[in-house]
Amino acid sequence: MYKILYNKKISSTSYEIAVEAPFVINKCIPGQFAIVMTYEDSERIPLTIYDYDKEKGLLYLIYQVVGASTLELTNAKKYLYSVSGPLGNSNEICKNPEKYKGKRIVYVAGGVGIAPVYPQVKYLKEHGIESDVIYGARSRDMLIIRNKIQDVARKVYYVTDDGSYGKKGFVTDALKKRIKDYDICVSIGPVIMMKNVSLLTKEYNVKTIVSMNPLMVDGSGMCGACRCEVDGKSKFACTDGPEFDGHKVNFDLAMKRMNIYKEEEKIKLDEMKKRNENG
Amino acid sequence: MDNSDRVKMRVQTSKERIHNFNEVELGFNDEEALKEANRCMQCKNPRCMTGCPVSIKIPEFVKYIKEGDLKKAYEIINESSSLSAICGRVCPQERQCESMCIRGLKGEAIAIGALERYVSDYAINNNFKIGSVKKKNGLKVAIIGSGPAGLTCAGDLIKAGFDVTIYEVLHKAGGVLTYGIPEFRLPKKIVEKQVESLKELGVKILTDIPVGNAITLDELSKNNDYVFISSGAGLPKFMGIKGESANEVFSANEILTRINLMSSYKSDSKTPIKKAKKAYVIGGGNVAMDAVRCLKRLGIDAHLMYRRSMEELPARKMEVNHALEEGVKFDLLTNPVEILTDENNSVIGMKVVNMILTEPGEDGRRSVIEDEKSIHEVKCDMVVMALGTSPNHEALKYSNILLNEKGLISVDGTKTSLDNVYAGGDAVTGSATVILAMEAGKKAASEIINKSKC
Repeated sequence: MYKILYNKKISSTSYEIAVEAPFVINKCIPGQFAIVMTYEDSERIPLTIYDYDKEKGLLYLIYQVVGASTLELTNAKKYLYSVSGPLGNSNEICKNPEKYKGKRIVYVAGGVGIAPVYPQVKYLKEHGIESDVIYGARSRDMLIIRNKIQDVARKVYYVTDDGSYGKKGFVTDALKKRIKDYDICVSIGPVIMMKNVSLLTKEYNVKTIVSMNPLMVDGSGMCGACRCEVDGKSKFACTDGPEFDGHKVNFDLAMKRMNIYKEEEKIKLDEMKKRNENG
Repeated sequence: MDNSDRVKMRVQTSKERIHNFNEVELGFNDEEALKEANRCMQCKNPRCMTGCPVSIKIPEFVKYIKEGDLKKAYEIINESSSLSAICGRVCPQERQCESMCIRGLKGEAIAIGALERYVSDYAINNNFKIGSVKKKNGLKVAIIGSGPAGLTCAGDLIKAGFDVTIYEVLHKAGGVLTYGIPEFRLPKKIVEKQVESLKELGVKILTDIPVGNAITLDELSKNNDYVFISSGAGLPKFMGIKGESANEVFSANEILTRINLMSSYKSDSKTPIKKAKKAYVIGGGNVAMDAVRCLKRLGIDAHLMYRRSMEELPARKMEVNHALEEGVKFDLLTNPVEILTDENNSVIGMKVVNMILTEPGEDGRRSVIEDEKSIHEVKCDMVVMALGTSPNHEALKYSNILLNEKGLISVDGTKTSLDNVYAGGDAVTGSATVILAMEAGKKAASEIINKSKC
């Protein structure tokens, strides 16, 4: 059992949870993820690590309520049944910052994709590399952790679909405008966004790293649910990734594979909603 | 009944059992066990023992069943195995102890596995201890992975006085016993009880910890007197054919993990399982058999596709028979060459090819060649790959432990290239059986015990 410090709503669809999990964060480097379970019979939910406090042994995660299991996670108040990690590989730049000194780096985040972007930008700053962030969401309310990201980024460019904050438009519009300023792009968010970012950066020959978030069960390389096609080869997001070369990922396939349990998940979400309404 | 026939174990009828995940075999009652035990001739030179990878003193424990002293019988078994309720169920006894039984020459061998299970279940129900701890020796051992090899090693070392900690990446202990073997062959309650009894002796099990990432092998080796790597062979193999990235192509590991570890066969489970209409499980081993029988129980028209014939099926005969009784269809001498999908990446069928058996090669095993003219299509909406697994080396990250040319951990006995690090089970051999993993765990424990006395 892992003690929860808080589990609070931070936007209309997302939550932030802080939990004691020293083993998970002791050695973690940004880019890695954790798997949490609310109760013993809950689903295993993979979430990319958002922040951590190594002294206090605290792990911070941000999650969006998208289905039954994330809805159930909002119910957790005192303890989480399971928190495991760190899983997967760390971000390539964070793993070896020395190698990337002097490179001009831009992070492109969409929606809750800002959560895994934040620790990378922070980590790189601590290691002497400043980076810019282009951050997009549907509307102002969905732009989370703005103050935190502004604290660590050199510059943050906001875009919203409806123009309620920053420039109206998509992250790709903002990126296209200044793409010549950058050598490397790291993009994390919805698959369709990572696809469009990668198409754009490929045109300009800017190296691009994306973080895949496919369906997953164990997260330790055992089940293969998280198979992604990269450079024509089948890769496991959990142990080979989660970050891959954006110019080589088959995003269309990844989007289709997100729908494997669409019907089953809808039924479970309706059940969970009912359960929550009845207390 | 003539004494040459063994007492048959009662089973759930196939009609009943395809609608539930309860255990198929119901075990012996007292009367049945006594009757079967009395068939044992108590050989002076018991051949059965030589067939047991962990050398259980079989005639001796059977003798105590005859005498009605089940506590003693359990003690005898426990000297050799701390996980006997599991062995009694999943060991291929027909190829081991029972294959050597002298009774088997003129009739049926003693049902040693069933008797082992009988004694062990009695012990669990009566809370017998699995042994006692000798004087603590002050030495610390870290074990990576809580599957059959790790648990066996832990049992032997804790009894010998070591301080034992197991690191497990999943949220539950047991490894393949928990995520892999289905409830109807090995109830999870039994695995939990066996794990509990190890904990009672003082074995510490830390779940949720991915060794390699959360703590490295080198750190474990520095902070402990000994390390035993029993991280198994988790990485599922795929065929590498066209269409294999389709949405409803799963590894057997995924199907089994969802069903066993995550209980997705229960209607109120939070983890979904795909409700297909017609599924093909590709492969012929015990894992393939487990997967296809799980699918059958979910109400799916479940087929097994294997490229050789019934004769060559590597799965246990009993499992094959159970599958047949349950109505699993066997498509033999057939192999997929392509998975067919629709525009949503959903499986709609397979292109398959008939296979022709060749004459036995030097190893005595018949190979197969494709009959290219026979390519045809079959319809289905799910394909499960049960082609074996290989070790993934997540636990070895950042370590310079020596691997052999096959990419497996290189060992001398169970000793690795690192000073105080031992390894065994599937991590070393590639996917094998539960009992072979237990044998390796035992061997490592004895090597560690011997080393510590030097």
